[in-house]
Amino acid sequence: MTEYHFTTPIREEDVRKLRIGDRVFVTGTVVTARDQAHRRALQLLAEGKPLPVDLQGGVIYHCGPVVRRMDDRWEVVAAGPTTSARMESLEYDFIAKTGVRIVVGKGGMGAKTAEAAQKFGAVYCEFIGGVGVLAANAIKEVERVEWLDLGIPEALWVLRVERFGPLIVCIDSTGRNYHQELAESINKRFQEIIQKL
Amino acid sequence: MPAEEHYEIVKNAVVEALRLAVTRVPSDVEAALKAARDREESDLARNVLDTILQNIKIGKQQSRPICQDTGLIGYYILLGRNFPLNFDLRRCLIEATREATQRIPLRPNAVHPFTNRNSGDNTGEHIPHIYLRLVDGDTLSILVVPKGGGSENMTRFAMLTPAKGIRGIKEFVLETIARAAGKPCPPNIVGVGVGGTADEAMLLAKTAVLLPVGYRNPDPQIAEIEEELLSLANQLGIGPGGLGGSTTLLDLHIKFAHRHPASLPVAVSYQCWAARQHGVIISSGYHVEYREHILL
Repeated sequence: MTEYHFTTPIREEDVRKLRIGDRVFVTGTVVTARDQAHRRALQLLAEGKPLPVDLQGGVIYHCGPVVRRMDDRWEVVAAGPTTSARMESLEYDFIAKTGVRIVVGKGGMGAKTAEAAQKFGAVYCEFIGGVGVLAANAIKEVERVEWLDLGIPEALWVLRVERFGPLIVCIDSTGRNYHQELAESINKRFQEIIQKL
Repeated sequence: MPAEEHYEIVKNAVVEALRLAVTRVPSDVEAALKAARDREESDLARNVLDTILQNIKIGKQQSRPICQDTGLIGYYILLGRNFPLNFDLRRCLIEATREATQRIPLRPNAVHPFTNRNSGDNTGEHIPHIYLRLVDGDTLSILVVPKGGGSENMTRFAMLTPAKGIRGIKEFVLETIARAAGKPCPPNIVGVGVGGTADEAMLLAKTAVLLPVGYRNPDPQIAEIEEELLSLANQLGIGPGGLGGSTTLLDLHIKFAHRHPASLPVAVSYQCWAARQHGVIISSGYHVEYREHILL
């Protein structure tokens, strides 16, 4: 369990060093994206149009924040992760086409995302579910917001962060998927417990 | 006091209870998380619990929502038959919800299920939920429950055949917990409702999940099943944050109703570690008292 501190944009060789269970802190830019933002981004890219933010070497965050409008700026009040499984069907293409290096969410992702992580050099990290105010404290500024027509939770929030984490590596670029491994052991223990009831 | 003043007192108390609910967890839950932190053996599990406890501390200090999912708002009400209610309580709760959404703030979470349009103020068709129970006494008790989507999504219900019996109930509960794994933000509290009709079983599960950590069913046979299921669930290895460990559940509560001879309904309801709730009790003279729990 090694601790890493990265500044965006992150190089492929750096994320390829990461292993399951490592802790990461990110400084620089983090962009929120939930399912609707993933869909719109993939649609724009399919039409050959650019995204409003460059994600090459970037970090995306499965999160729908609580925000407050303060005069001419936005303040993030709470910003913990949302369930990543909802993005599973979209994440392979998203990683492949944007060059994003770290995907942050909660609850784990599936085989396609693990395949993309290995192929394109990326990781999936768990930010503990529910730690919304801790995450918000690492967000120093809302640089801008795009696609606000999708609603506050679904919009693309471009955030300037300092020491954003701890992010726990759960899919690394070697093909390992911690949630998948854990699910197998949970299922085995469940079968044993049921036998003994 | 005129009715408008009563309306204002209750509305302000509900807004305050919502603020208390979303910015902190009940002290029994925090104590249980601390005890779990000292009990866990792996570095990763201890780390996860440290992160959770740090988040709770910041939420309390800065009076900010501990989790960005400030939930779908529900009110569980115990109305004493001698409480002098002389205003529109329903309108009062809806207005309190709107005001709290603006002021705390809360994330607007009420979405039309067919148009997907977010109402923007946490109110809408049948939202906030209002559950009313008529009781003895002269007080009005309101338990404010902002319910997160991640834990609510793990709810399960089954109509078992009565022949499955207690073993069938245990199997269904453990299967639900194993399937949910890390998704409902563990360590969790689980509520189990057994018997009655489908709606009654679900209401029992949903109110059982709100009981304090350490509370045991007064019936010793049921208390024993609660403890057995709690211990077995914690052997699954799901752990804090779903990243492995021995603390999957902080507690498990069972409530029951008598059943129809042909039916054995079982409902399982989930609460995340951010077990947000807060109670407010209004006396007949409209004095306000806040409580972490109201037993439903």
